[in-house]
Amino acid sequence: MKKFFMKTLASAATSFAVVLGLSVSVFAADAEKAPKEVNWSFSGFFGTYDRAALQRGFQVYEEVCAACHGIRYIAFRNLTEIGFSEEEAKAIAEKYETVSPQYYWEDTEDFDGNPAKAKVYPVVTAGLSDKFPAKQFETEAQIRDGNGGALPPDLSLITKARHHGPDYVYSLLTGYEDAPSGMEMVPGMSYNPYFGGSQIAMANPLFEDQVEYADGTKATADQMAKDVVTFLMWAAEPKLEERHQMGYKVMIFMLVFTILMYFSNRRVWADVKKKKD
Amino acid sequence: MAGNSNFQSNNKVVNWIEERMPIFSLIDGSLGASYPAPKNLNYWWNFGSLAGLALVIQIVTGIVLVMHYTPNTELAFDSVEHIMRDVNYGWLLRYVHANGASMFFIVVYIHIFRGLYFGSYKAPRELLWILGVVILILMMATAFMGYVLPWGQMSFWGAKVITNLFSAVPVVGDSLVQWLWGGFAVDNPTLQRFFSLHYLLPFVIAGVVILHIWALHKHGSNNPLGIDVKSPQDTVGFHPYYTAKDLFGIGVFILVFAYFVFFNPNYLGHADNYIPANPLLTPASIVPEWYFLPFYAILRSITFSISIPFTDIVLIDAKLLGVLAMFGSLAVLIALPWLDRSPVRSSRFRPMYRWFFWILVIDSFILGYVGAQKPEGIMPTLGLIGTAYYFFHFLVLLPFIMPKYEKDTKLPESISNPVIK
Ligand code: HEC
Ligand code: HEM
Repeated sequence: MKKFFMKTLASAATSFAVVLGLSVSVFAADAEKAPKEVNWSFSGFFGTYDRAALQRGFQVYEEVCAACHGIRYIAFRNLTEIGFSEEEAKAIAEKYETVSPQYYWEDTEDFDGNPAKAKVYPVVTAGLSDKFPAKQFETEAQIRDGNGGALPPDLSLITKARHHGPDYVYSLLTGYEDAPSGMEMVPGMSYNPYFGGSQIAMANPLFEDQVEYADGTKATADQMAKDVVTFLMWAAEPKLEERHQMGYKVMIFMLVFTILMYFSNRRVWADVKKKKD
Repeated sequence: MAGNSNFQSNNKVVNWIEERMPIFSLIDGSLGASYPAPKNLNYWWNFGSLAGLALVIQIVTGIVLVMHYTPNTELAFDSVEHIMRDVNYGWLLRYVHANGASMFFIVVYIHIFRGLYFGSYKAPRELLWILGVVILILMMATAFMGYVLPWGQMSFWGAKVITNLFSAVPVVGDSLVQWLWGGFAVDNPTLQRFFSLHYLLPFVIAGVVILHIWALHKHGSNNPLGIDVKSPQDTVGFHPYYTAKDLFGIGVFILVFAYFVFFNPNYLGHADNYIPANPLLTPASIVPEWYFLPFYAILRSITFSISIPFTDIVLIDAKLLGVLAMFGSLAVLIALPWLDRSPVRSSRFRPMYRWFFWILVIDSFILGYVGAQKPEGIMPTLGLIGTAYYFFHFLVLLPFIMPKYEKDTKLPESISNPVIK
């Protein structure tokens, strides 16, 4: 009986996994190319973020991607979590301006020319507790105008908002190619086989030595792509290390608990089982 | 229950309370040594207690999530990110709650198939079974509305697709949908009412669970042999025998659960739900959570209308038929105790039924697979065949075909003496 149970459970689990696997793979089944697989520092049971890669990745984000993309869920104070000191984080914040959440009243006139008051949210220098401000308070229309009608998405969650997120973003960044002959490209679009539809409104953003890494790492396009993806994964999942750490503790505790329960259960049943034989 | 307890204590406080409100004998009679359970229950009987645990986990994590969540279309998505980033252990709460829904469904589906295999729905447990189906339906409603709360792309478009189903109802369909939405589109009023109901329904489930257990305790558990308990030799006290066994099951369950929460928390979810809802941008494919896939397949399988032959008069259009089929797939479960004519409960003694049981399991997996695919190529046909077979199983095989061919088998004498005479 026990064998039957284990066998059925195993086969049920496999078929379940197969169905899930299939259903996951199908979402990627649109025409675009399957992303390249990268062995990330943060993947697997023991994954942690490579600190140096995080800081280099932030540099790439700030010097390259930030021209078009925001990371609105990240506050400047969060930078201390990836190895910047509080002073460094503060210095980074002070390069930005943000709209203060505190307003003041200003005298103005209403439509009829009568005196009235208006709420004004002043633009101030950003501080540690502020989030990375939206792209210089541009309107969506302005942003679209500057990007051939497309909207560069906020990147704070991008590695979780795409299937195979980190692999996908890496593949996208390093996957620019010349369009195959015969393919008609929409003006202003670039060919990228990893993107759905293969035509993307983002021109290849990374080329060699675009940034100068403080730690002397050679800034190849591939290196920069890996670094910025590590940074973006952290931006999307800042609690990953804490989660993994708590994970082993819970798994080990539960494993011990379960083994104890297994034996205590056998013990409890011993007399009943004996009678049966 | 309390009636079958011979609870006694030397503790004065306990006796004082017991005299005025017999709660200790109630517990003892429901989960204690005084509740007799068949001694041959196998591991498939662990899933009932696991379902109870899953419900408790959802309620506890849900209540704490509500302390930080904001049910407003402008703020919901950000408030979930706030939970994930700024609330102490907020990521844990949310990942437990989101994966907990999946774990709850896995457990309940296994629990249901256990019932199908061992004939637990048969007399005198029909009402117990029906209460179970009611719990499943309430869970589906709860999970659907919960999934809308983070207000991501899949939340929004899932809500839109599912609420739109009600427009298939003849005559009042469109008004019904507007009434559900609280407006002319899925919008803030929809989110707020879903939030309210998502909070309410789990407590309704808890109420039905109490009825479910009450009904269970009237006749006690069924067992792998499917025969009635004949004498005290056939049973053991629930405590310590099944409390010990359930604790082991809980350990295994939490290990599986913890794997997903800590090491693969987004595996069972859909990436698009990390994109804030955008009513102007339809996602490439709208796919429900895995636990709805078989039902989604049944819904989409029907692409033809029923009309009066040789006329243009449509009696039931395809959309309505799909909706009816989907709800019908649950309705047949309610009718099952009367559709299955065999007095024999356990599949062990129904070799023919056993085959059809496993075919039904495979059919459910096929439907689940089809539900995840775009309705292209052979998928619609496969879905239709799967759906047809599902109903064939319950509406034709069980009531009409099986009784003709199934031979009477001899049942064992008793649980403590499981020999076939
Ligand atoms: C000149 C502006 C610009 C810069 C610089 C830029 N991007 Fe983009 N990005 C865009 C635009 C525009 C889109 C939208 C493309 C589309 O929808 O066709 C986009 C889209 C994306 C996407 C989403 C693709 C998808 O699946 O929808 C990712 C990921 C991305 N960019 C990452 C980056 C990273 C990382 C950097 C820095 C290395 C970067 N981008 C630099 C303009 C830019
Ligand atoms: C039957 C039990 C329950 C089920 C099956 C269930 C299911 C779900 C699901 C699937 C989600 C979406 C998770 C996500 O993807 O983020 C969700 C979210 C949510 N649920 Fe529940 N839930 C249950 C009970 C409760 C209870 C009792 C409460 C409150 C008292 C609650 C409060 C919430 C809140 C606030 C959210 C939004 C936060 C979030 O999305 O993580 N839930 N629920």
